[in-house]
Amino acid sequence: MKNLYLIAYLDLKESIRAKWFLVYSLVFGGLIALFFIAGVTESQVMGFSGLSRLLLMYIQITIVILPIFILITTVRSISGDRDNHILEYMLSFPISLKHYYWGKVIGRFITVYIPVLFAMVIAIIYGAIKGAAIPWSIFFLYTGLLFSLSSTFLGIAFFISSFVKSSEVALGIAFFIWIFLLSFIDIALISLMLQQRMNDGVIIFIALINPMELFRVAAISLFDPELTVMGPVAFYILDLMSQSVFVVVAIGYPLMLGIAFATFGFLIFKKKDLV
Amino acid sequence: MIEVTNLTKKFGSHLSLDCVSCTLKDGDSIALMGANGAGKTTLIRSILGYYHPDGGEVLINGQNPIKERTNVLKDISFVPQLPPPIKLSIEELMHYISVSADVDKERIKYYANEMKLDINENMNKSFFKLSGGMKQKLLIAISLAKKSSIIIYDEPTANLDPKARDDFYRLLKQNKEQKTLLFVTHRLEEVKELVNRQIYMDMGKIVSDEIF
Repeated sequence: MKNLYLIAYLDLKESIRAKWFLVYSLVFGGLIALFFIAGVTESQVMGFSGLSRLLLMYIQITIVILPIFILITTVRSISGDRDNHILEYMLSFPISLKHYYWGKVIGRFITVYIPVLFAMVIAIIYGAIKGAAIPWSIFFLYTGLLFSLSSTFLGIAFFISSFVKSSEVALGIAFFIWIFLLSFIDIALISLMLQQRMNDGVIIFIALINPMELFRVAAISLFDPELTVMGPVAFYILDLMSQSVFVVVAIGYPLMLGIAFATFGFLIFKKKDLV
Repeated sequence: MIEVTNLTKKFGSHLSLDCVSCTLKDGDSIALMGANGAGKTTLIRSILGYYHPDGGEVLINGQNPIKERTNVLKDISFVPQLPPPIKLSIEELMHYISVSADVDKERIKYYANEMKLDINENMNKSFFKLSGGMKQKLLIAISLAKKSSIIIYDEPTANLDPKARDDFYRLLKQNKEQKTLLFVTHRLEEVKELVNRQIYMDMGKIVSDEIF
């Protein structure tokens, strides 16, 4: 186990020093600062105000930028090391592939998750200083949702990284996955729904197996448990499960998806030529 | 001891190693030579367990370098042709090596000093920010500090000035007893005093194997 911690620790240290980490942290920290400066906590839209409104806006923006940040920064972790012969040297020491791979996963997960969480913690602390009511339940559930969303995209990134030989191709695939899950799949499903070529239930199922869509709906359900803003789609979801079960699924499914992708990635990494 | 038996490795349709067989015994110092693309690096990487062979096998002291990776690599030191752009600081790199391979940091410092490299002044510097020669000296120091019975060098002196080359060969002479030393080189005259065997490869095959 010492080698697992060693790899995680060194990857974490290396990442924290990297320029992308600085930009990454500034983006999420800057978002929170911007919301406070813009007076988001003082505004009221559709019944949301104070810190709840700030967290709602934060989560809406996070859903767009967090996956692409994780994909871009992580997808090159193994393929990049392979590309520039770092892997060739580092793996010439007696370290198991299991420890190397999962150590990298753990180190990178801490790197990508901490700034996102930290930005929310700053918002809570600043809000508390300003005397705002702190929506703890929303905070903890968002923490869980962000944790599982981070793990999904980290798992996907490591999966891509394990089989792609060049980091340019890895970046291209990562970008395609992001844009596909963010909008292409929605556009395609909306078209199918409009044309009524497929059963509505199937379309909603396909939409909800998209972790980004699930995250989005789960985030809405925290403010609007009846999902009224979603219209008739809410019936499909809430007829199938209660809101609390839906939130558990929204955290558990992306987490499992991330672990599954990372595991597939490891199996490929182990079976393929290392350099 | 390294035993390579009928080793074949293909990359797509390109045959990089074509049924290569050889035995490298303890105490052998080998100059592995051949033109670019002859298969030298593929052979070395197969010995290190990086490639899954299409045929044949490699055994290091009776163990498969892919299946028994950690056991095998405990006993191998490797210096690549070009130092990789590792972003870790020297201190972190030494920590990695010391924990993963149980190498005493003081020994690395000792050999670095013998190679005229003052690493104490550069401990917090990123490895990739060192000059080419300094990187190579550090990798050589690590390879010697590791106390392995098999040392593999892929053109290790490419970035070294003549004085550093002399230091390197001097240290190697002091440390080569009972070790298998495998040099990939294009300049036999440089390592002639060190080696007792010359293997020449071409088109993925061993075309000559001379013992001096």
